[in-house]
Amino acid sequence: MPLTARADSAVGDSAAAVTSGALLDGEQAARAPAAPGGRGDAVRQDASWRMIARAFVDNKLALAGLIMVVLVALFCFVGPLFWHTNQVSTNLFLVNKPPSAAHPLGTDDLGYDVLGRLMAGGQSSLEVGLAVALVATAFGVLYGVLSGFAGGVTDAVMMRFVDIVLAIPVVYLFIDLASEFKPTLWLLILVLSLLSWLGPARLVRGETLSLRVREFVEAVRTMGGRSGRIIVRHLVPNTMGTIAVNATFQVADAILTLAVLSYLGFSLPPPTATWGGMLENGVNFLYDGYWWEIYPAGVFIVLTVVAFNFIGDGLRDSLDVRLQRR
Amino acid sequence: MISYIIRRIGQAVIVLVGVTIIVFILEHLLPGSIARAIIGPRASALQIAAFNRQYGLDRSLPVQYFSFLNQLIHGNLGYSFKQNMSVDAIVAHDLPNDLLLVGVSLALALLIAIPVGIMQAARRNGMVDYFATGISFVLYSMPSYLLGLLLIALFAVNLRWLPAEAPQQPTITGVLSDPAGLVLPIATLTLITCALFSRYMRSSAIDSLAQDYIRTARAKGLGQVAILSRHLLRNSLIPVVTLVGISLPGILTFGLIVEQLFNFPGIGLAYFNAAVDGDYPVVFGVTVLVALVTVLGNLFADVAYAILDPRVRYD
Repeated sequence: MPLTARADSAVGDSAAAVTSGALLDGEQAARAPAAPGGRGDAVRQDASWRMIARAFVDNKLALAGLIMVVLVALFCFVGPLFWHTNQVSTNLFLVNKPPSAAHPLGTDDLGYDVLGRLMAGGQSSLEVGLAVALVATAFGVLYGVLSGFAGGVTDAVMMRFVDIVLAIPVVYLFIDLASEFKPTLWLLILVLSLLSWLGPARLVRGETLSLRVREFVEAVRTMGGRSGRIIVRHLVPNTMGTIAVNATFQVADAILTLAVLSYLGFSLPPPTATWGGMLENGVNFLYDGYWWEIYPAGVFIVLTVVAFNFIGDGLRDSLDVRLQRR
Repeated sequence: MISYIIRRIGQAVIVLVGVTIIVFILEHLLPGSIARAIIGPRASALQIAAFNRQYGLDRSLPVQYFSFLNQLIHGNLGYSFKQNMSVDAIVAHDLPNDLLLVGVSLALALLIAIPVGIMQAARRNGMVDYFATGISFVLYSMPSYLLGLLLIALFAVNLRWLPAEAPQQPTITGVLSDPAGLVLPIATLTLITCALFSRYMRSSAIDSLAQDYIRTARAKGLGQVAILSRHLLRNSLIPVVTLVGISLPGILTFGLIVEQLFNFPGIGLAYFNAAVDGDYPVVFGVTVLVALVTVLGNLFADVAYAILDPRVRYD
């Protein structure tokens, strides 16, 4: 309680200081390079990143996850350079062929080579996953920091908005939208991001709430630092760890959501390949025993998602290590 | 505490109103009007105007919204033109099946996940712990239908022990008369829900085990089994209540996918078929219903947690 009261009075004082803050900042920078946020802090931050990296590498599962992701990415993006297949035009003479020398994983019901389709599908999945994680995290962090920093009624209203969108499960909301519009790649990324930014927003808002009453924030304020400076230079870098962990899990979730939506038929239209779409096609041939149309895509989805989950868990554990050693 | 509950209920109401606004906006995002979707692509302007006048679609948007809200408060979720039934009737018809599926799966998942979580906490970092964590990790990383597919492939296609399709009878008694067809859908949903729960159960059980009252119980001389069953179980149930409330939207989503996979005659399948068919009243009516269940689930979780745990502080 006392801390919050002090922070509030500091806000009142700095309102007057803000107008003269611009000049003060410049003078401060010229006169006191060793102030918090200066070189001393930067060295400490470098050391802690190294500690995190080492803790991460020591974690066998996290390392395995990272290697798996790199391998899958290579397979999907570099693979087609070596293994040329036609993923656009169908070939009805080669329908449902079992694995052979020419087609190591057989062909599917439209004559596409399954191995090549896995690569193409992986490209869509990884692109969508990473893009959604980036956009959703960027917007979510911005929203969360502003909401947490503003506090009071603004914060309450912003968080209610988050609650409202969270109240409708993602799949239902997406099916609502997809039944009205046919998705393209960018529309898909946009909509998935619109549904995923809520997680980081909530998380960052919580962290901001607990950070903004800390002493170093007050110190910056008493020196005349403006709110913008506090947010960008101090609040966001201190939440970077949580944001990074959350972003990794977001990639995994986005890939899973894309797989589910593709399976239900509500994502990218043919002939675009997606892993979920391959499963949707393959399910029809379960009784025919065409296992190559089903299991490879499933295995790839699970491998990729498990890999990203390992990385996320590893990041979270190594950040805990850093906090323990402080 | 009463003020907290009242405040929480107030928040829930605001969220529900917000949800109706979003669904209303989604409804009116439809390219072309619903009139064209119902009458057909060759509808003349006169027919569309008559349709709009009949169903009140030519009024101003705020007026339409309040009429929509009024309908919802009276429990009218809309009318499906394609099926010539009110959405309420469609939901009521399929609700018993869903209650069966979700209820049994939830109960089984809790029966499995709670003991496993406690066991994992008791023998932390042992073989059982790693094994259970590994399994739940893989289950958690699978798209939900994949697990169902694997179960179908194993039990229905290869072993031919169980049918791949859920019972199709129109009534709940009919559905219950074919228990073999119920096994795979319930098993799939149970396993997925277990995976969802186990992550939290393990960490919450570990936290509980480190509490002081456990140490006191050991100091008193209570055996391990007595500690686990009498103290740990009761205190691990508190986060379980929260967990069930929060995971309700997830369970509804997985339920949709499982129903689609096994053709289980539930609300999720009705929703999915309506979305594919373009039967928008059903789509939006069920969306509002699902959002209602989600909000109520969260509300229940928060309020129950506040009541059950005397240590919770209300801010």
